[in-house]
Parts: sequence; structure tokens; C-alpha cells
Amino acid sequence: MRERTLAPSRILIYLVVSLIAVAWLAPLAVVVLNSLRSNEEIAQGSMIGWPQHLAWSNYAVAWSGFCVAETCAGIRPYMLNSALVTIPATIFSTLLGAVAGYAVSLWRFRGDSWIYGIVTLGIFLPQQMRLLPWTIVLRDTGLMNTLTGLVLIHTIQGLSFTTLFCRNYYVAIPQELIRAARIDGAGFFRIFWRIILPLSPPILVVTVIWQFTHIWNEFLYGVTFTTGQQQPVTAALIALSAAVADIPQHGVQSAAVMIAALPTLLIYLIGGKYFVRGLTAGAVK
Amino acid sequence: MTLAVSTRPGPPAASDMVRRLPEVLAIWVPLLLSAAHLIAFSLWTIWISFTPSTLVPVTGWVGLRNYTAVAASRNWQIALDNLLLFGSTFVLLSLATGLILAILLDQRIRGENLLRSIFLYPLAVSFVVTGTVWSWLLNPGLGIQKLVHDLGWTSFRFDWLIDRDMAIWTIVIAAIWQSSGFAMALFLAGLRSVDADLIKAAQIDGAGPIRMYRRVILPTLWPITITVIVIQLQFAISTFDLVRALTNGGPGIATQLPALVVYDLMFQRSLLGRGAAAAVLMLLILLAVLLPYWAWRYVQRRRAIHA
Repeated sequence: MRERTLAPSRILIYLVVSLIAVAWLAPLAVVVLNSLRSNEEIAQGSMIGWPQHLAWSNYAVAWSGFCVAETCAGIRPYMLNSALVTIPATIFSTLLGAVAGYAVSLWRFRGDSWIYGIVTLGIFLPQQMRLLPWTIVLRDTGLMNTLTGLVLIHTIQGLSFTTLFCRNYYVAIPQELIRAARIDGAGFFRIFWRIILPLSPPILVVTVIWQFTHIWNEFLYGVTFTTGQQQPVTAALIALSAAVADIPQHGVQSAAVMIAALPTLLIYLIGGKYFVRGLTAGAVK
Repeated sequence: MTLAVSTRPGPPAASDMVRRLPEVLAIWVPLLLSAAHLIAFSLWTIWISFTPSTLVPVTGWVGLRNYTAVAASRNWQIALDNLLLFGSTFVLLSLATGLILAILLDQRIRGENLLRSIFLYPLAVSFVVTGTVWSWLLNPGLGIQKLVHDLGWTSFRFDWLIDRDMAIWTIVIAAIWQSSGFAMALFLAGLRSVDADLIKAAQIDGAGPIRMYRRVILPTLWPITITVIVIQLQFAISTFDLVRALTNGGPGIATQLPALVVYDLMFQRSLLGRGAAAAVLMLLILLAVLLPYWAWRYVQRRRAIHA
């Protein structure tokens, strides 16, 4: 009896949730399907449709044959650029953030809460406030239009998030542990290696996933500080869509979009739990 | 000086300093780099905003001239109007969507994990990617309108992307799709942390599910709601990538937003002083949101300590 009276409202709930889920998946489905349709097929109909013949060649062209500006090397060099920026910047900012987070939460020194407060301001400060100074610094150091310049920017700016994440995790470690180790004669680094790092994997996974996603997806610095062959994939995608505006190649462009989105989508699929944890850690503080 | 130190009875002090040097460097170098660049760069931009800089930064003082020039420009005025419209509707609608999704997922339904992942995945993908996809779907010649036309309903119109008055709504749609999953995640965490005793007590009093949500559960979500509003507003204020990929500020300048104006002034028109002034104005708008929020949080924390 009870079951039957409950059923209609349950059905309604499932219906609404499924409808929204379909709407949420639609853009992804559109890209995936179009990446397998030929340009002629798309031109005859709309961007929304089922592929008649699977045009796998779109992926090959997008990966290594496509022309942006004068170079026809596809999206491959830009993917490589993004990887060469994202991987080192993620590692550096995470390691430095772990040391900084440990220093402000457990080692303690004069002015630690002040400096921590300033570092975390970086989370709120709009990128636009730092654009000009970075331009000048990169130009004067000769790092303008280099991947090294982008690594430097993302490492330093990433510290705001990584220090926050690690600090919030480390404050839960009892101070007595550190005090006992110090009495035994252990120094800053020994405590870090022997006590802090072994306790850190949960937060380091969150931080790495967060930083990787953030830096891979970043666009403003990429488009401002690099040009042509030095651009990360996000900036190249925009250049690419401008380039194909004359002769639409939406099949190839869809494949390029898919390739560019793949690294962060994969990370989300594998480490979604940690991604969400980073999201909420950054929000609730 | 060094001589004086070495003749003192405590050479251990000097060696202690040397021994501690790596530690001091490890603590201070990253922290100082991060803190100093934030403060110095902000002050630098503020200073440039008061100079007559155009192509390159120059010294000089023009008072508020850059600010008045920016504020008087049509570009900026449209950007502000758009920000107001985009910020308010996007925040309200993504809040509502997120709350509804959270309440629905909270009904012990099957496949909750999968659904949660579906609603959250847009956050993991670049705005450049999602903006590009939305620009196809909303493009009347390629997307939804074309599909409906091909199906035979030729009078159907959905051309907001190229309609000056409606284009800003396409940005709202894409932004809601992108980030209401975030509101959902926070609300869901809030719903799951409601005191079980409270719910039991209300059940004993005979409260139905709707009454339960209205009177007991939703009121506990206020702090989360405020946090979500502030974070979404902060996102709205600095939105750049999404607009750049979706409409590039167009048609004309109909979907202009402050972040695009800053970029345009700095790197397309080479008016560095004005670009810096626009960036500082962006910061002020942001502070108008953040300062009350920080004050509120401070009061909350004080209350929590005293309670």
C-alpha cells in the first residue's frame, strides 16, 4: 500500500533528474558525435545529428594535419605546450605549497598568520590586476612568449591555492607530534620528510588534481603572454575557431575540442572524488 | 662585522645560522614570493592606472583621468549593465538549479553517484571548450534552430546568439550549465549534515516532506547559500574565457563584460593606463561583494567561539 502511494512522486523525481542529466550531457554528446561526422555531413544538416559514416579521420587531421595560421601541424604541438606548462607547474606549486602549508600550520614562526592571509588573498584577486606587471616582468626577464614564463606564473600564483589546501589539512595534525620530534632533535626538513609527507597523500592528490585542471584550462595568461607556436591548447583552440570561420570544418574542430578536453575529463573520471573535495575545500575554507 | 662575530665566544651561533639557512629559505622564499608579488603587482597596477601610460608604462600623474575616461566610455557602461544583468540572473538561477538538484539527489535515489558526476563534469572542462560547444548549439545556422528547421518547423526561432538584446542570455545559459553543479555539491553536503535528531523531532510532530524542507532543513542552509552566492558573484565579475569563446563580446559590443574591456584596453588598443584603471574598477566591484562577506564571516566565527 505504502509502496504504491509513494511510486508516482518517485517516478516524477527520476523523470526530472534524468531530463536535466540529458540536458547536461547534450553538449558533450554533440562534440563527440560531430567529431565523428564529416564536414559535408554537418554542412548539409545541423551540428546536432547522428554520424552516418564514422569519420575517424577527423581525429587524425585535428591531431596533426590541421592548419592554424601558417603552420599545419594540427593540435599536437599545442597539446605538448600545455603539458610542458601544466606538469611542471603542478609539481612545483604542489611541493612548495606543501612546505609552505606545513611551515604556517605546524612549524610556526613570527608573522605566519599575516603572511598566510596575504598568500590566500591571491585566490580572490582578479587576474586582470596582475596582467600588466606580469607582462613587464616577463619582458624584462626575457621570458615573454616562452613556456618557462607560463610555468613561472602558474607556480607562483598556484601557491595561493596549494598553501591553503595543505595548511587546512595540516592544522589537523597534532602539534605535540612536531614538538616531540623537535625534542628528539629532528629539524624542519627531517620532520617534513619523516612525519608530514607520509601523512600527506590524501591532500596532495586533491592539490595535484586541482592544480592540473586549473592550469590546463587557463586561457587568459596563455593568450596574453604567448603567441603562435608557443601557445597552450586553450589559446590555440580560439585561434583555430577563428581560422575555420571562413571554411567551416566543424568535424575536425570537434575532434580538436575533444582532444583538448580529454586530459581534464580523464582526470575527472579517475579522480572525481578528489576534484570535488578540492572544489569544496576552496569554497568553504 | 664578521670578524666581531667570529671572535665572540659563540661560534655555534654562526654555524647554527648556516645550518638553519636551508630551512629559512624553504619557508620564506615561496611565501615571500607569493605574498610580495600579490601586493607589489596590485600596487603596480594601481600606480599605472594613475599614469598617462599608453603603449608602454611611463611615469607621470594624471589623477583620475583614466578612471573618468573608462567610466564614460560606452564599452564600459555596457559592460557594467551586462555584469549586473548577467551576475544577478546567473547567480539566482544557478543557485535555484543547484538547490533543486541537491534536494532531488537527496531523496535516496538510485544512481546518485553517476548523476552527481554528470552535473559536475562541466566544471572540470575549460571554458574555452564549453564556450565553443555552446556557440555551436546556440548558433541559429548550425545548432538548435537549424535542427528544428530541418525537422520541418521552419518558423521556429532561437537566434539569441546573434540578437543584440538577447545575446547576454546565451552567456547566462552556458554559465548556469557550467557551474550549477558546484552549487549542488555544496548544498548536498549541507543537506547531508543536517542534524538527524532535528529531522526526527519534526517527523514526530507530523511534518510532511515539504514542510520539513521549508521549516527545518532549508533554514540550516543559509550559510552555504551565502558562500555559494559570493563565489558565483566572484566568478561572474571576472568572467572572460566563456564570453571570449562564446560571443567574443558580440554581436557588436552587446555581450561586453569588464574583464573583456580590460583586455581590450591593455592589449588591443594599447591604452595601458586606462586598462589598469578598468582592472582597478573590477577589483573595487569585487571588494564590494567580498568585504561584507568577510565581515559577515568574522561575526559568525566570533559567535561560534562565544557560543
